[in-house]
Amino acid sequence: MKRLLQPTRETGIVGYGAYIPRCRITAKEISTIWRGGRDIDNLPVDEISLPGPDEDVVTMSIEAAQNALLRAGISPDEIRAVYTGSESHPYAVKTTGTLIAEVLDIAPHTSAADLQFGCKAGSEALLAGVGLVGSGMADYAMALGVDSAQARPADELEYTAAAGAAALILGPATEAVAVLEGAYSYVTDTPDFFRRAYRKYPEHGNRFTGDPGYFKHIQASISTLMEEMQLRPEDISALVLHQPNERFPRKAAKTLGFSQTQLETGLLARKLGNTYSSSALLGLTAVLDSAKPGDRILMAGYGAGAGSDAFCFVVTDRILTMRDKAPDTHTYIYRTLPVDYLTYARLKGKINTGGE
Amino acid sequence: MDLPRIWRLKSQRYKLEGSQCKSCQKLSFPPVQVCSDCRSQEIEPFRFAGKGSVYSFSTVYNPLTQFTEFVPYVVALIDLAEGPRITAQLTDVKPEDVSIGMKVEMVIRKISEQSDKGAIVYGYKFRPPIK
Ligand SMILES: [Zn+2]
Repeated sequence: MKRLLQPTRETGIVGYGAYIPRCRITAKEISTIWRGGRDIDNLPVDEISLPGPDEDVVTMSIEAAQNALLRAGISPDEIRAVYTGSESHPYAVKTTGTLIAEVLDIAPHTSAADLQFGCKAGSEALLAGVGLVGSGMADYAMALGVDSAQARPADELEYTAAAGAAALILGPATEAVAVLEGAYSYVTDTPDFFRRAYRKYPEHGNRFTGDPGYFKHIQASISTLMEEMQLRPEDISALVLHQPNERFPRKAAKTLGFSQTQLETGLLARKLGNTYSSSALLGLTAVLDSAKPGDRILMAGYGAGAGSDAFCFVVTDRILTMRDKAPDTHTYIYRTLPVDYLTYARLKGKINTGGE
Repeated sequence: MDLPRIWRLKSQRYKLEGSQCKSCQKLSFPPVQVCSDCRSQEIEPFRFAGKGSVYSFSTVYNPLTQFTEFVPYVVALIDLAEGPRITAQLTDVKPEDVSIGMKVEMVIRKISEQSDKGAIVYGYKFRPPIK
């Protein structure tokens, strides 16, 4: 049984871009408001990124995608698919992708679809894009992982529910900065986290979030991919995992036999929180920002519900000439505006203004 | 909710698409049907690059209802690098940090959202350059 996912045509990432909104609230501030600061020595992250009042998944996607296009240097109308993975699409019915495609001159000769799968909607979009390009159906496809996560006030999710966007343009390996060597997907039906239609905030089944959810799936995807490709941890330059907090990816990396050094460059959770569908993809953009030709990168997304997609990429020489064509991930990480809880509550629509 | 208007203005709002007179090259934003300089009707679309500087500005505290969530915000007259002077909201900047002559670049943001059941309007705003 062949479990590895491999395109028939050699495929890779020909452009990548990040976007992170500039507002930040510290976990300490949230703790002070809801827990009297009793847990400030044990907070899951330092701070989280928040969208400004005029930002959402569409606007964040557009800037990440613009950066990806700047790096790829292709004409936008050569792109045949815009796949947007998110659990915070602004409309329940009306595609995020059409707006992105229209603004960026990708439309009209393209397909567009919104994907959702908890926090791994972005890696799902990536896999779909690889399928389209790797089969030869299209030369270029864009995959986005974008979110503006919501958490109920006082819920522990508030400490980590963040916002960000990452865009990848898939294309022929000959033009790639990172060539895909193989991928693997693993899903089971697991009730660790969900949100029903028409509900603003998600529910999480506490006893399922760690071992039966995140660790089981991410460890299965990474270890199966490595086994199928006959890779050992020492063959890998950088490991990027979905990062709902700082502790989970560190623990998973250790269990899988990786060093914390291999994880470091792509671990952004302490400064950003959990950027949901963009979490693993932003880790990847940060790794690409400083990668050397020949580096092998393993990345795995995780989505509640639950599943994990793992990918193995090898960086090419093209990274050296291409990465400076757009702002790097840390430009956005360092561009910050600290806000207090009241401003945060206003930005996240947590203040009831008495309207409908 | 004026859906036809949202649809009609999308090239302006999404792409900063104005017009250029084919006979005297004059650039306009928003686009015009007839050239204001030479009265020519030979006009073609022109895409502005979205770079400019602040000519003047004002901070809004009492907005129209659909802009309430952005208050206080700055509306500026912006001189585009290509010439025309346009009006736009500034974003990602505090009113006290805005100055005349400040360089700005275009971004796409939410312009208004009239209720939780209506269409969301997206379009250009300007911010201090990211790098
Ligand atoms: Zn004229």
